[in-house]
Amino acid sequence: MNLSEIERREHYLNVNYGIRSWLFTTDHKRIAWLYLLSVTLFFFIGGLFATLMRIELMTPQGDLVQAETYNKLFTMHGVTMIFFFLVPSIPAVLGNFLVPMMIGARDLAFPRLNLASWYIFIIGGAFTLMAAAAGGVDTGWTFYTPYSSIYSNTHVVLTVVGVFITGFSSILTGLNFIVTIHKMRAPGMTWFRLPLFIWAHYATSIIFVLGTPVIAITLLLVGLERIFRLGIFDPALGGDPVLFQHLFWFYSHPAVYIMVLPAMGVVSELIACFSRKRIFGYSVVAFASLGIAVIGFLVWGHHMFVSGQSVHAGMVFSFLSMVVAIPSAIKVFNWTATLYKGSISYDAPMLYALGFIGLFTIGGLTGLFLATLGINVHVHDTYFVVAHFHYIMVGGAVMGYLGGIHFWWPKMTGRTYPEIWARLAALIIFIGFNLTFFPQFVLGYLGMPRRYHVYPPEFQVLNVMSTAGASILAVGYLLPLLYLVWSLRYGAVAGANPWRARGLEWQTPSPPPTENFERTPIVTEGAYAYEKDPEEIYSLGKPAHV
Amino acid sequence: MSSQPVVSVRTYALVFASLLFLTALTTTVAFVDLGKGMHEMAALTIAVCKAVLVILYFMHVRYSDRLTWVFVGAGFFWLLILIGGTMDDVLTRPQLSPSTASVPAQAYPR
Amino acid sequence: MSKVEAFRQHHFEDVEQQHEASWLGMWVFLATEVMFFGGMFACYFVYRHWYLQAFASASNHLDVLLGGINTAVLICSSFTMALAVHSAETARRKPLIAFLLLTIVLGLLFLGIKFYEYHTKFEEHLVPGSSFRFEASLARPAEIFFSFYFAMTGMHAVHMIIGIGLLTALIFKARRGRFSAAYHTPVELTGLYWHFVDIVWIFLFPLLYLVGRHL
Repeated sequence: MNLSEIERREHYLNVNYGIRSWLFTTDHKRIAWLYLLSVTLFFFIGGLFATLMRIELMTPQGDLVQAETYNKLFTMHGVTMIFFFLVPSIPAVLGNFLVPMMIGARDLAFPRLNLASWYIFIIGGAFTLMAAAAGGVDTGWTFYTPYSSIYSNTHVVLTVVGVFITGFSSILTGLNFIVTIHKMRAPGMTWFRLPLFIWAHYATSIIFVLGTPVIAITLLLVGLERIFRLGIFDPALGGDPVLFQHLFWFYSHPAVYIMVLPAMGVVSELIACFSRKRIFGYSVVAFASLGIAVIGFLVWGHHMFVSGQSVHAGMVFSFLSMVVAIPSAIKVFNWTATLYKGSISYDAPMLYALGFIGLFTIGGLTGLFLATLGINVHVHDTYFVVAHFHYIMVGGAVMGYLGGIHFWWPKMTGRTYPEIWARLAALIIFIGFNLTFFPQFVLGYLGMPRRYHVYPPEFQVLNVMSTAGASILAVGYLLPLLYLVWSLRYGAVAGANPWRARGLEWQTPSPPPTENFERTPIVTEGAYAYEKDPEEIYSLGKPAHV
Repeated sequence: MSSQPVVSVRTYALVFASLLFLTALTTTVAFVDLGKGMHEMAALTIAVCKAVLVILYFMHVRYSDRLTWVFVGAGFFWLLILIGGTMDDVLTRPQLSPSTASVPAQAYPR
Repeated sequence: MSKVEAFRQHHFEDVEQQHEASWLGMWVFLATEVMFFGGMFACYFVYRHWYLQAFASASNHLDVLLGGINTAVLICSSFTMALAVHSAETARRKPLIAFLLLTIVLGLLFLGIKFYEYHTKFEEHLVPGSSFRFEASLARPAEIFFSFYFAMTGMHAVHMIIGIGLLTALIFKARRGRFSAAYHTPVELTGLYWHFVDIVWIFLFPLLYLVGRHL
């Protein structure tokens, strides 16, 4: 296929031009792009806050910013990265684009709600950016009371309103995915023929739907307490700040599974494709996704071991936190078993997937250290915790996101990216990441507290290493921004299935037509049938009934 | 669900009457001394009965498919997780309540 | 194209699939609402456990008669809503519109009584904040009770207002003949929402108005 043929064929990108056709679209693929641009913007904003923090931390004294400013930086870094990048990234970008395609549907169940969810996301983001521009908020992304509800003099209300609004974006996305996966699968697409990416997004959607409303009401109560002097978390009235923490972490712990489950779904797709093998133990991996989602709701108190929570509750939550590690570990074992005797190739998406497995394992194991009550007392609120969650969120979730973006880029754009630059960027990211965050495990173990802009001089060497790593990491993140944009114009034209992958999304042209499939697919085989030719697996049914 | 039968007006009327009766019951019972800790139990039991009637008949769940039952149940079950985990902490703390803990109220100016 | 076909959106195979998806979608949304209100209920149970005496004393300042009447009003409105859905199912347009209107009237009656109650609480200095006055030894936890009273009934009232808006939109659509025995999904879904809001009040009434009444 040459360029002029591509340009003559109608697909979802060229069917309509102009800003209105994008801002009023109900096509899930275009909405995925709207989200892609938005989350990329928030990623670099959050990264900017992190850059300022790491520059400050090069020296033991506070010399770049004042303490109050530093408090605002780490707060805004956390709020932006968590609520406006990590939570939406894979589900709202890759999930929106791929869920209908992978199940053989023409769109999600509720296309207009999908567009509404993006607008809600943007409005919430606007409130939060306004708060940042007006001077920021310094409570930490955790908004602990009574500081956030009574004593802080920063823009708490504006920020919690922004996060509250954005929460509805998550809820609508999760609702859409659940109904779509239940009701809109193509003929023959039974539950156990679904790609694991779909299982992962289904499990994530359960968390979206059952967890997000709790943080919504919690932040609303903090806002009401600030505005109307309601006294729900006020210790002067006999209120209990630990109660806030229960409500906050009831969502915010499952939230980390919102961030990592979709990445695990991506990794399953990548490992299968680049080993040319079915995922080992498919149904176990599917159930493990659900298991992580459910058990993930039972462990929130492990953020509160030293808060004043009872020892009894601490023991229960510690035990359950060990249990939740089991399905995650099972997935790592199954991916490894898939690699065994596979025909491995090291394209950029695979580099990200392999990086995920290693870094997620380190992050997950250090989570077990933190779940152990005796150890937690010493490393709580130190850089050990910071390193742990960055290994999962950055080493895990972000790598999964980048691997997915690269893998499905040809499908989304009809172009291939430059492979050499992509592999180089993946390598730079891997090295930069480890140099940034591994020293932080050591720092935390040695006792450096988190959320401080000053530290004892003996910690400087490790901090300088960490900042050096961060600068390498920044280069690594800028590279894909540059070459992916470059590829939109100059990249080689991609065919329908450049990776020779299995999966319904690869059975339709790149970029796909607006209706996804010219004829409704009929599925007769499970996912990852790499031992068969694609032609043997899929037949096409009647023309798509428009 | 379009495959559901049309629920009769008579069924709705019976449920309506039951709901009014249960409201009167819960109000009356509140004024009677039932013994320690029983009031909460009684009030919640009656409220749950009313909610179940509304869900099964007014909201047609009695005639819906299993998937609907799963989502109805999931919402309430998850709420129980939240209440259960929080109360586990609250009930096993050594002090009786935050306001009987050591710090005097004057320490926090309002 | 049949009259029903006209309502099928392009991404669904048939009307049945569309209806099933809408129904499931509404229930998923109601599950989120259970968790949303549930967060406040969870906090309420904790404080009721710690401060039962203050909660009982504060609860006795609420008007049981008005609360009871409001409960009955909402139950009536659920009945009329169910009858509205029934009218849509049996393709009777005039009763449908009548029952929707009746539901709105009952909802407005509820809100009227509620705001009257808020007004009396304001007069009695029971609104949390600097003007709050209560018997000294129980004042602080009582202020927590009233914080819950206003937060929970206030959030409930917001949901009622939204519901009344939805019902109004339904009446306009019904008058234009949009609904039939084969297609009346918006009526059904609004009914689910309205019944849910009623269920929230079914729990709010005893937990706020009937604490320690036997004392």
